[in-house]
Amino acid sequence: MSPNLRIAFRFLTAKKRAMLMSLACTVLGVGLFVVTQATTSGFEQFFIRTMLGTSGALRIEDKIQDTMRSMEAASGSDFQIRQNEGVKYIEGVEEPQAIMEAVRQFANVNAASAVLRGNVQLSSSFKTEPAQVFGIVLADHLRVSDLERKITTPRGLERFQDSPSGAMIGRVLADRLQLSAGDPFVIIVRGESRRYRVAAIYETGVRDIDKTNVYLDLVEARSLLKKPTGVTLIQISLKDPNRAREDAMHMTEVLRHSVKPWQEREKEWLEVFRALRISTAITVTVFTLIASLAMFNTLAMIVIEKTKDIAILRSMGYERNDITQIFLWQAAIVLAIGAVLGALFGAGVTWAVSQVPMRINTLFKTETFIVSWDASHYVQAIVTALIMVMIASLIPARRAARLEPGDIVRGTAQ
Amino acid sequence: MPVSATISAAPIADLALRCVNLHRHLGHDEGRVHVLKGVSFEARRGQVYAIVGPSGCGKSTLLYLLGLLDQPDEGEIEINGRLMSNTDDAARTAARGEHIGFVFQFHFLMLEFTALENVMMPMRKLGRLSPAAMEERARSLLDSVGLGDKAHRLGTHLSGGEQQRVAVARALANQPTILLADEPTGNLDVKNSGIVFDLLTRLAKDHGQAVVLVTHNPEIAQRCDVTRPMRDGVFV
Repeated sequence: MSPNLRIAFRFLTAKKRAMLMSLACTVLGVGLFVVTQATTSGFEQFFIRTMLGTSGALRIEDKIQDTMRSMEAASGSDFQIRQNEGVKYIEGVEEPQAIMEAVRQFANVNAASAVLRGNVQLSSSFKTEPAQVFGIVLADHLRVSDLERKITTPRGLERFQDSPSGAMIGRVLADRLQLSAGDPFVIIVRGESRRYRVAAIYETGVRDIDKTNVYLDLVEARSLLKKPTGVTLIQISLKDPNRAREDAMHMTEVLRHSVKPWQEREKEWLEVFRALRISTAITVTVFTLIASLAMFNTLAMIVIEKTKDIAILRSMGYERNDITQIFLWQAAIVLAIGAVLGALFGAGVTWAVSQVPMRINTLFKTETFIVSWDASHYVQAIVTALIMVMIASLIPARRAARLEPGDIVRGTAQ
Repeated sequence: MPVSATISAAPIADLALRCVNLHRHLGHDEGRVHVLKGVSFEARRGQVYAIVGPSGCGKSTLLYLLGLLDQPDEGEIEINGRLMSNTDDAARTAARGEHIGFVFQFHFLMLEFTALENVMMPMRKLGRLSPAAMEERARSLLDSVGLGDKAHRLGTHLSGGEQQRVAVARALANQPTILLADEPTGNLDVKNSGIVFDLLTRLAKDHGQAVVLVTHNPEIAQRCDVTRPMRDGVFV
C-alpha cells in the first residue's frame, strides 16, 4: 500500500461518522440513479419492443411521384401553369412483390410482409363494431411481427392457416362482440356481408390494435376489399432497428416509395419518454450532486481538522501532490465502496420495484412495473458519481496542498 | 560552558547549515512587521545550538526559515553547502525529507497512527529502505528513546513526554544532518524536559548531527554547546 493511500485510509477511519454520511449519500446517489434509469427506460424499451413487434421497424406505404413544377402552354407562349415544389404521394404499393424483392437486398432487412388494409364493420349476434381488416400472408407476417406469441387461443394459428374463412381478432374486439374461438361473425364492407369464424384471438396489449385489427389471409382480403392487385403497405423488420432512419432514407431514395421508420411513426410517444428521461436525469443529477456536496463537506472538514497533520507531513518531505493525493484517495475510497454498495442497492430496489403490481392495458400491456436490466445504467451511475465527487473533492484537496507548513506551525494558516 | 558564537571559519565539510543576512516580514499592510533584520548563522555537525530570546524576537521564524518551511524575503540559506533559499517548493520539500528533522513544541504526532507508524512515516516517503528495514530502524529508534515497548500504541494513548520522545525518534528517522527543534521541552515537566533534551543531544552527538533548538528554558540553553541570544530580529 502506498504511503499516501495508507494515510488517506487512516484519516477516513478516524472520521467515521462524517465518512459514513458521505458514503450513504454516494450509495443513495448511485443506487437511485440506477433505479430511475431502470424504471424510465424499462417502460420506454417495453413500448418500443411492443411497437416493433406489432407494427415493424419500417413501413412502406405510398409511392412517390415528383410533381411538375411548371408547364408552358405552348412554345413561344407566355402562359404557364406553376405548382409548388414537392412530391406527390400515390396511396399504396402497386407492385408489392417487386418492392419486397428489392427490400430484401438491404443488408439490415430481416423480413418483409405485404399487408392489404381496409375499413369494415364487424357484426356478431351481440353487436356491431367498426374494425380494420389486415390481409396478410401468415408466414411472411410472422417473420415481421411477434403475432405468434400474442395468440391466446390454443392451435389458433393452425386453424387460421387451414381455413380461408378463419380470422384472427384482438382480445378487446372479441370481448366487445362477445366472441370466442370458433364463433361465427360477419364482416360488412360497402354493403356486402361475408361470414367468417374466429380462428384465433390475439392480445398485443396495445389497446388500439386489439380493438380494431382483424387479420385475414391476403387472398381472402383481396376478394373482400375488391383489390385484386397491390397492397396498402409493406411491413419490414430489421436486424438492427436502431438503424431504421438511415435505412428508411436509403429505401425512399432507391424505391421511390414513402418509407417511415418507427422513430418517426411513434414520434409523439417517444417524445413523451424523452421528456420523462430528461426529467429523471435532472432528479438523478440532484442525487449525485448531494453526494458530491456531502463529500466536499466531509473533506473540507477534514482539511480544517488536519492542518497540523498536513504541516507534519510537509515538514517530513511530503510534497504538495502527496497532500492532494491523500485527500483524493479518501474520496476515491468512499467512491469505490459507495459505487459497489450503490450498485447493489440500485439492483435490489430495481428488483423490488419490478415486483410492484401495476396493471396497464392501453399503450402496452403489463401486470407489474417494468424495469430494464442494463449494465450501462450502472456504468453511467458510477461515472456520474465519479466525475461529480472527484470534482467536489478536488477543491478541498487542492486547498490542503496549498497550505504553507510555516504558516500552520506559526498558527497563522488561513 | 556555553559560548556565544558568531559566523566562524568552520571547515566546509563540518558545516551543515548556513544562513546569511536573512530578512523576513510577517503580516500585511499596516500590520506588516520586520521580524528578522539581517540574521546570519551557521551550525556544524555534532554541535548543539540554542537560540534564546524573548517572545516575538524572531526565534521561531528563523527556525522555520532554516528548516525550509518558510521563505526569506532576502538573504541566503545553505543546507550542506547547497543554496536552498531560492529553490522551488519541490526542491525544498525534498531537502526537508532528506536532510532535516523537526521536533515541534506541541508534539505534532499523527494521532491516528501508532508510535511505530509515526516514526516510519518519513522513511516511507523517502523510500530508501525496504519495509522490513524501515520497521527495524523505527523499532531501534523507539528503543533508543525508551519506548520500544509502546511501539504499537496510538498517539492518543501516549503521555505528552512520550509523544515528544516519539517525535524525536521520528525526526531522526531519515538520519538527517540537521535537527531543528522549536521549544521541544516547552510543553513538558522538568523531568520529561531533561529526558527529551538528553535524548536530542546524545543522539545528535552519536550521529554527528547539527542540532538547533529554540528555547525559553535557561537551564536547557546552558547545556548547549553554543547559545545565540536574539532580540528584535537580530542576534545580540
